[in-house]
Order: sequence, then structure tokens, then C-alpha cells
Amino acid sequence: MTAETMEAPLVAAPTATPPHPLREFWGYFSANRGAVAGLFVIVSVVLVALLADVLAPHSPYLTDTSIALKPPFWQEGGSITYPLGTDAIGRDILSRLIYGSRLSLLIGVIVISISIVSGTIFGLVAGFARGTTEIFIMRLMDIILTMPSLLLAIVIVAVLGPGLINSMLAVALVILPHYVRLARAAVITETSKDYVTAARVSGAGTLRLMFKEVLPNCTAPLIVQASLGISTAILDAAALGFLGLGAQPPSPEWGTMLADAREFVLRAWWVVTFPGLAILITVLAFNLLGDGLRDALDPKLKR
Amino acid sequence: MPLRLFSIQDMLRFILTRVSLVIPTFIGITLLAFFLIRLVPGDPIETMAGERGIDVARHEQLKKDFGLDKPLIVQYGYYVERVLHGDLGKSIVTRESVLTEFQSLFPATVELAICAIIFALLLGIPAGIVAAVRRNSIFDHGVMGISLTGYSMPIFWWGLILILVFSVQIGWTPVSGRIDVLYYVEPVTGFLLIDTLFTEDEGAFLSALGHLILPTIVLGTQPLATIARMTRSAMLEVLGEDYIRTAKAKGLSRFRVVGLHALRNALIPVVTVIGLQVGVLFTGAILTETIFSWPGIGKWLIEAIFRRDYPVLQGGLLLVGAIVMSVNLIVDLTYGLINPRIRHNR
Amino acid sequence: MKKSALFAAICVPAFLAAAPLAAKTLVYCSEGSPENFYPGVNTTGTSFDASTQIYSRVVEFERGGTQVQPGLAEKWDISADGTVYTFHLRKGVKWHSNKNFKPTRDMNADDIVFMFERQWKQDNPFFKVTSPNHSYFDDMGMPKLLKSVEKVDAYTVKVTLNQPEAPFLADLAMEFAAVQSKEYADAMLKAGTPEKIDQEPIGTGPFYLVQYQKDATIRYKAFNEYYGGKAKIDDLVFSITPDASVRWAKLQKGECHVMPYPNPADLDAMKKDPNVTVLEQAGLNVGYLAYNTQKKPFDDVRVRKALNMAMNKKAIVDAVYLSSGVTAKNPIPPSMWSYNDAVKDDPFDPEAAKKLLAEAGYPNGFETDLWAMPVQRPYNPNGKRVAELMQADLAKIGVKAEIKTYEWGEYRKRLQAGESQMGQMGWTGDNGDPDNFLHTLLGCDSAKGVSGSNIAKFCYKPFDDLVTKAKVTSDQKARTELYKQAQVIFKEQAPWFTVAHAVQLKPVRKEVVDFKLSPFGRHTFYGVDIKGK
Repeated sequence: MTAETMEAPLVAAPTATPPHPLREFWGYFSANRGAVAGLFVIVSVVLVALLADVLAPHSPYLTDTSIALKPPFWQEGGSITYPLGTDAIGRDILSRLIYGSRLSLLIGVIVISISIVSGTIFGLVAGFARGTTEIFIMRLMDIILTMPSLLLAIVIVAVLGPGLINSMLAVALVILPHYVRLARAAVITETSKDYVTAARVSGAGTLRLMFKEVLPNCTAPLIVQASLGISTAILDAAALGFLGLGAQPPSPEWGTMLADAREFVLRAWWVVTFPGLAILITVLAFNLLGDGLRDALDPKLKR
Repeated sequence: MPLRLFSIQDMLRFILTRVSLVIPTFIGITLLAFFLIRLVPGDPIETMAGERGIDVARHEQLKKDFGLDKPLIVQYGYYVERVLHGDLGKSIVTRESVLTEFQSLFPATVELAICAIIFALLLGIPAGIVAAVRRNSIFDHGVMGISLTGYSMPIFWWGLILILVFSVQIGWTPVSGRIDVLYYVEPVTGFLLIDTLFTEDEGAFLSALGHLILPTIVLGTQPLATIARMTRSAMLEVLGEDYIRTAKAKGLSRFRVVGLHALRNALIPVVTVIGLQVGVLFTGAILTETIFSWPGIGKWLIEAIFRRDYPVLQGGLLLVGAIVMSVNLIVDLTYGLINPRIRHNR
Repeated sequence: MKKSALFAAICVPAFLAAAPLAAKTLVYCSEGSPENFYPGVNTTGTSFDASTQIYSRVVEFERGGTQVQPGLAEKWDISADGTVYTFHLRKGVKWHSNKNFKPTRDMNADDIVFMFERQWKQDNPFFKVTSPNHSYFDDMGMPKLLKSVEKVDAYTVKVTLNQPEAPFLADLAMEFAAVQSKEYADAMLKAGTPEKIDQEPIGTGPFYLVQYQKDATIRYKAFNEYYGGKAKIDDLVFSITPDASVRWAKLQKGECHVMPYPNPADLDAMKKDPNVTVLEQAGLNVGYLAYNTQKKPFDDVRVRKALNMAMNKKAIVDAVYLSSGVTAKNPIPPSMWSYNDAVKDDPFDPEAAKKLLAEAGYPNGFETDLWAMPVQRPYNPNGKRVAELMQADLAKIGVKAEIKTYEWGEYRKRLQAGESQMGQMGWTGDNGDPDNFLHTLLGCDSAKGVSGSNIAKFCYKPFDDLVTKAKVTSDQKARTELYKQAQVIFKEQAPWFTVAHAVQLKPVRKEVVDFKLSPFGRHTFYGVDIKGK
């Protein structure tokens, strides 16, 4: 009874202060088992990445040709010293995977930060400026979208030179249009709403409108897009690594590890299998999380 | 449903607007293809020379011969002029016309892409429908789980794993290529599945089919995941609409309701998604062709990048861009014509 | 369609049935698509392999050797001063034909003259066709060497040189000197499609081209009227398979009979396979790491020596080349004359290396770069991996090396411009002469400027004097002595860390009879037979 009476006033004025927004969000989110599992995996990967120095049994760069291509421990010839086996020049695969998680997370986060920040700015500018500026920005985004993303990324890497940083820039550019479109669309819907008109009438400047009024109102879709985008970023960067254009050896980036392992596909399944599995699991986790976030944040899908 | 009343004029205006929007994009693509490639460091003439290098005088001569000595803007002018005449230049490496090379390799990519889409449709649509009809069942969760996994799949790895399992361990499928080399097939259409039928030799057709299986699965995985998810959510939406409820209430069989009424309406967004998958397919084709030594456009472009074959890269980017653009336009137009709401929105 | 059905009917049973009259098909899993079918403008083995089956040359290397023997020229006379070569051509040599062209005459002197002029005379209408870059013709010094090429009569050609040149005959046996049909060239020029002669080639060789599908297959058929007699196999198919492990899988399955460039990692399995023989031959090549001797700290010979001792050469070769390479101590391969076996290699001794480094003033090591080959080459199957191993070894004596790489053309150009401190490179010999290694790669001439092949920028007078003197000496014994001394100085000065000489390894299926390895790395299939199953 007491609880009901306590909640009553809040219910009476829902628009002013919605009841426990975070708890409501968590309620929706935690109902989605996949999303929780995704979150769990991501937290684990983050922990592994942070604690790589402690967790990895060996140095990811230490070569020892006398133990090259040792199978995982459960296979004949394998040993528990190298739980997932060793690669062609005797590096411990588990340790490389552990250190590789740092790179993959880094890639995901940096790529997304670049594209969200620049994408949102472009989108806000396009949405507010309209006219020629808008046409120019949106046409440019259309062109980028028309090109197959990987092809464009490859050409950009070819321009900048292969490497981790450059492949991140390339991927960021390729996924940029999604954020620009999202931000612009949000601006256009939001600016037609009353509160913006009200703010404008009360004399708020464009910049203030952009960042104080409109931006906070389109963060939800941006967050969803970001968590889905991280998975795309990790996948694309790994694909570039696989084609020899991403992170360069001896960096333990997962895609690069796969590229290096390709020639052993007939001989040593473990050098091919584990890096790919690591990519798959991480990407899947981010996608699960993204789906969960969308369901929890997007009221249209709340049924 | 609103009454569908629109005039021919409306329709024409709609088509013209959409087509005219494409023109700046196309000009943009030529600019992008041209200038981006010029920014690539590395000199195609040096690349050709191998270990021994090339002396300065001959280098200059070759630069002149390839027209690489003129100012960029002039080169671009020439380039656009030639493109408008249908001349995309010649490969620096093979000296074959870019268009000829494209034509000889394109069917391989198209064949693979079509098979991948068919594969994705055949599995994705039924799975999506059943998942929607039996919402929240184990099957639904299973389909959604698998399709999200497929969506997250690094396909370059997926291809290697399939080769490892099916070609190496079990030995069911060939490792690479399009057909067993012992079959001599005269290229008529360029699609081996069709060309082999002319040879009156069953073996050739089966061989071509066998070579297609793994690449099809690899390339079809992501579209399959997308289609299954799209079909499911579209079906869910349609199944919730009034007219379906009415149909159910009228006592129509579940099969009729789902199969005829709901599916027809749910398929519209699905078809759109398929149309928009072209770009995704090209991206996938680059990786799939690399893994399976599939002699198609993706592999051709990758090699062109490594060899600094400017004309091939330029021509290829342009052609691929143009194809993606046209397919998107067609999808856009069809969708707009089917669904008048879209048309009036913009 | 009927034609192809017939063809399939003829060629398929070769594999499936043992019908006595069935055509014999040999499948070669080649590593890539040829650039085109005109070897005069190509430099890659892949392209040479594809065209060498089609063409004949004035003289030929013996199968599996470096000896020069008659080809289109039955015999030749050389003037006493060594400047005039008179070639007497074989009569009745037939050309192939294709859908665009039916030859009306046999091969004659016009064709030989055309071969020279196409690559030599800028005003020849074919000089620029396909590409004006006649790499090998120029590299072999032909433009400077040739004075005149004259047709004496239909079957006699006289070539006059500006100065005597001993390897001239051997040069004419090289791929770039393939003879094309003048008649075909004229016909195609008239038709306005001159480039056709390089895309749909007509030759006098043992096989003619039936079909080429880029990135997929090249099909040849034995030419019945080949002057040396029809080849023992009937059909030759190149199945283009860029991936080495895939080539091996196909060879195992019997989908191809011969494959080049095996993965070193697969060699053990290959040697164990009862259906496969692995042929071996030392190649004319060397893979090395060049120290830039004009840049600090590598201008100090002690630093170079120290690094030579710090890197575990044997481990590198074992891990990366496996059995496809042998460790190198000299800049020339052991199969080459004048190879100095008495030279002792620097021992692998990190402690001594550290000491030497301290003496040179770097007790705590230094930072440097290490350029890794971006492409796979026989003399270096995996540049990145070699670099990783070197990097790890160097770290142990305090030298921090950053691995760098560029796209191949860029890479070589920058190395030649002297941008690197340490850079991997290699060399494959063309004519079997030590000059081709010692002078070209280490002489002062090529250390100058920004495009010389001497990427160590090594210019050391005592060494240069020796190799320059050997170049102009005609007596082979005297030359041998000079080159041997040069190798001793090379080792003392250590401009390179010599890594390995690649061994040519060719897995071949047991049913293939009499396939011979070429010291030049070519794959020729004339004379090869295949046993029915």
C-alpha cells in the first residue's frame, strides 16, 4: 500500500520525470536473454583485454621455431603449456588471441568514436543548414554508400598505406554515412516539433539548438547504431587484416593472424580456427547487445 | 488501405526526379574513382619492373605513353571523354581493354551472386515466416540466434572453415575454381551452369554445380541472415493488422491466411532489402572470390590494387558503382510505384 | 556447341578410362594468370611459362639444362672476332593457325628479323604494341650491342654486334627472344588489331593455344607439325590456382599433375605421399638482408658484423624456407662457377655480437628499421615472417628494429633510393654468370644514384676493382680467381646478411614421365609423357 501511494504522484506527472528511466530500461533490457549474454561476453572480452598482461601465459611476440605448429593440448602432440597450440613460428596462439582482443576492442571503439562524432556533426550541419550544404553532404554520403564498403575501404587503405591506424580510418569513413543520415533525419524530425520551435522563439541560437535541444533527443538511436556499428567495424577491420591491408605482422590482430594462417589450412586447423572464432564471438556479442539496446530504447518495438 | 489514385504525370515526375538524382552521384563516382586512385602511392611503371628496376629515361617514356605525365585535371578530362565513348582504357599489366576483361569475368561473379541470393531466399523466407508464425517458440529463437550468428560471421573465415571441413576432411566438394579443368566449355553466356548444359555432358554440369556449393553458402550467409530477420519482422507486423485478424475471424485456414494474405504484403519490404543487398554482395564477393580462387570481379579488383593497375581499378570502381547505383534505382522506382505513400513523402 | 561437346568427349576420358586411343592430358596447376602471350614485354615467370609452350626461339636451352642447342636455327657461324653471327635457319617449320589467321608460308628469315626489330627499332609498328617496355631485351644490353640484323636470304640471317659478347647465344635462348610470325603480325596490323598477336598467339612451338580464360584456365593442344615431332601428350591444361595449399590439395586429388611453388609447410606431407615425387634442384638465386652501408650506424663494419652474428640464420631458414632453401654464406649460389666454398660464414653468437656492438659504440643497441619483402619470391617465401624472426633475434642484443613494408614497386624503388637502413631483397640470375650477381648487386656503379640494384649502397674499392676486372677478362680461370677473392672481401665487409638460396622444388605425380626441372625456373612440357592408369 505504501508503495502505491508513493508512486502515485509520479504517475500523475509522467512527462515531467519518467519513473526510474534507467530501471525501466534495464527491465526491458534484462528481459532479453540474448542481450544479457552479449553484454556478459563483452564485459569478459574487456576484462581479458585489460588483464592481458596477467592472463596471457606467454608473450604474443615470442618466437620459438622448435615448437612451431604445435596442436592444442587435447590433441596428440599438444601440451598444456600452449593450450590452443602454436603458429608457424612457434608463438602461443592463446596469448596472441588475448592480446588481439585489445586491438579488436580498440578498433571498434576508435572507429565508432570517429564516425559518430564526425557523422553527427555532418548530420547536424546538414539538417540545420539545408540548401546547398545539405545537398553536398548528402550526395557525398550517397556516393560513399554506393560503393561496396570493403572495396572503398581497400582503396582508401591503398591510398593511406596498410596499417592499423589507416585501416581504422578507412573503416570509419566507410560507415560514416549511416551516422550522418541518422543525425540528419533526427534533426529534421526534431526541429519540426514544438519544443524546438518554442526554444527557437525564445531566442536560442542554432548552435545551442543543435547541442542542447536536438542532440540529446537523438542519442538513443545513435547509441543503438553505435553498438551495432562496433561489430561492423571489427568485422571490416578484420577483413582488411585478412587481405593483408590492416594491422601488420607481428601484431596479433585477429584478421591479420588469419591471413598469416591461411597457408596452413590443410595442415594445422587450429591456427585458422581460433582467431576466426574470436572474431565471430566478439562480433556476435556486440550485435546481441545492439539488438537488446534497440528493443529497450526504441518505444516503437516495445510490444 | 488508402485508395490508390495517381496520375501518369505524377508517376513520370516521380521517375524523372529519381533518375535525375542519380546523375550527380554518378559524376561523383567518376571523380572518386579517378582522384582516389591517383592518390594511391606507388608507381604502376615501377610495379611492372620487378627486381631489376627501370632506368629513368625509359620510365619517362612509359609515363608519356600511358598519359601519366599530364596534369591531373587534364587526365580527368580525357578520362571522362573516353568513358562517355564507352572506353575505359587498357590494363597496364595485360594491355587488354578494361571492358573486355570486365565482361569476361563479370558472369562468374553474377552467377555466384545469383546462386547466393537464391540460396538466401530459399532458406531465409520460409525460416522467417515460420519464426513469425510461431513467435517466441524454440524454433523462433533458434532461427533468430542462427541468423544473428550468420550476420556476425567473418565470411573470409567461414569460407576457410567450410573448405577445411567439406573439402579437406570429408572430401565432398572441390577446393577452388569454377569447374573441373578437364571439362572444356565454350563460353557462350559465361554462366557455367548454362554453358555446361550445351556440352551434352552431365559431368560438366555437375562439376560446375559442385564448385558452386561452398562459395554460394559463404556468399549467401549474410543475405540469408538479413532476409530471415526481415521476413520475420515484416510478417509480425502484417499478422498484427486488422485485415488479417478479420480473415482469421472469418474462419479462413491458417495456411491461407499466412500464405496468401500476410505473405504477399510482407514480401514488399523483403524484396526491397534484397535489392539493396547488391553492395553487400559485392563486398562479400571480394572475400569469397579471394578464398575460392573464383575468377570474378572481386578478385580482379583486389589484384588490380596490389598491382597498381590504375585503369582496371578506375574502370572497375566505376562499373561496380554504376551497377550498384542502377540496381538501387530500379528497386527504388519499383518500390515507389508499388507503394504510393513513399512517392508522396518526398 | 558440337565442337565443344566433341572436345569434352575426347579429353575427359583421359582421366576416367584407360582407352588406348584416349588423348593424354597433362594438367599443370599454375600459380597465376599470365600478363599476355608476348614474352618480349614480360618479366614474370608466370607469363613466360604460359608463352614458352607456344613459341620457339633461334636457339634453345637444352631441356633441364643451361647448354645452348639449335632451335629455329639449325646451325650458325661466328666470325673470328666474335662480332658477326650468321644463322642458318631450319626449313619447313610450320606455324600454328587460329580462327583469325591461316599461315601461307613456313617460318623464314623475315620472322627472325621481326623478332629483333619489334623490340629494337622504335619505328617498327609493333614496337609499342602491348607495351613499349621490352625489359629483357634492354636489360641484356641488346640495343647497345646490336649493330645490324640482316636477312641474307630466306633462310639465312646475319647479326652484327658492336663488340664481342660471349653470352649472346645464351641470350637468344631466353624467353624474350621468342619468334612470332611476321605474316600474322602484318595481317593483324592491316585488320587494325595489332595487339591480337600477343593475345591470340601464333607460334612454331610444340603446343598451340586453344583457349585462355583469365584466372581460370589456359588450354593448349599438341601441335602435330612441330618441327621436333609432336609432343607425347595431346592436351596441356594450365589450371590457374594462386593458392599454394589449394594447388597441393589438387595435386593430391589427381586434379593436376605438376605444381610449382609448394608451401614449405606442406613438403613433409608431399614427400610422404606415395603418388607424388618431389623433384629438387638448386636455383640460381639468393635472398638477403642489405645493410645500408652509407647510413649510420651501418657505415661501421663492426655493426654489420655484429648484426650478422646476432641473427640465427639456420633458425630462419628452418622455419620459413623449411626444406625449400639452404643457408647462404656467399652472395652467389653454390651451383654457380667460382663459388668460394672456403669462405666461412659468421657464426651465430649473440654474446660476441653484443661485445662487438659495444666496441662500435652501441653498448645498449640502437633503433633502426627493417624492411620486409611485400611479395613472395622463391628466394624469400615469406618476407614478413623472416622479418619477424630477425626482429626477435635483434631485440636480444638491444637492437630495436621496426618492420616496414610498402607495395612491391614502391618498396623496390625506395630501397634503391637508399631510404632503408636494413632491407630484404633477393635476386634470380638470368644467364648463370657471377657478374650478374657480384657486379650488378654490389659494384660501385650500381650503388650510385637512386635506381641502382646495389641497395646496400656498398662501394668498396678493393671489391669493386676485382669485379670490374673480372668483367673484362675473357679467361674463365682468371675470372674464377677474381670472383673467389671478391667473395672473401664481401664476407669481411658484410654489406649483406646473406639469408638463403632457394631450392626449386616441384611436386609431380608419379604418372608423369620425364618432367625436367629448368635451372631458370621454367616449366616446359614438351618431351613429358604421362602414363595411363
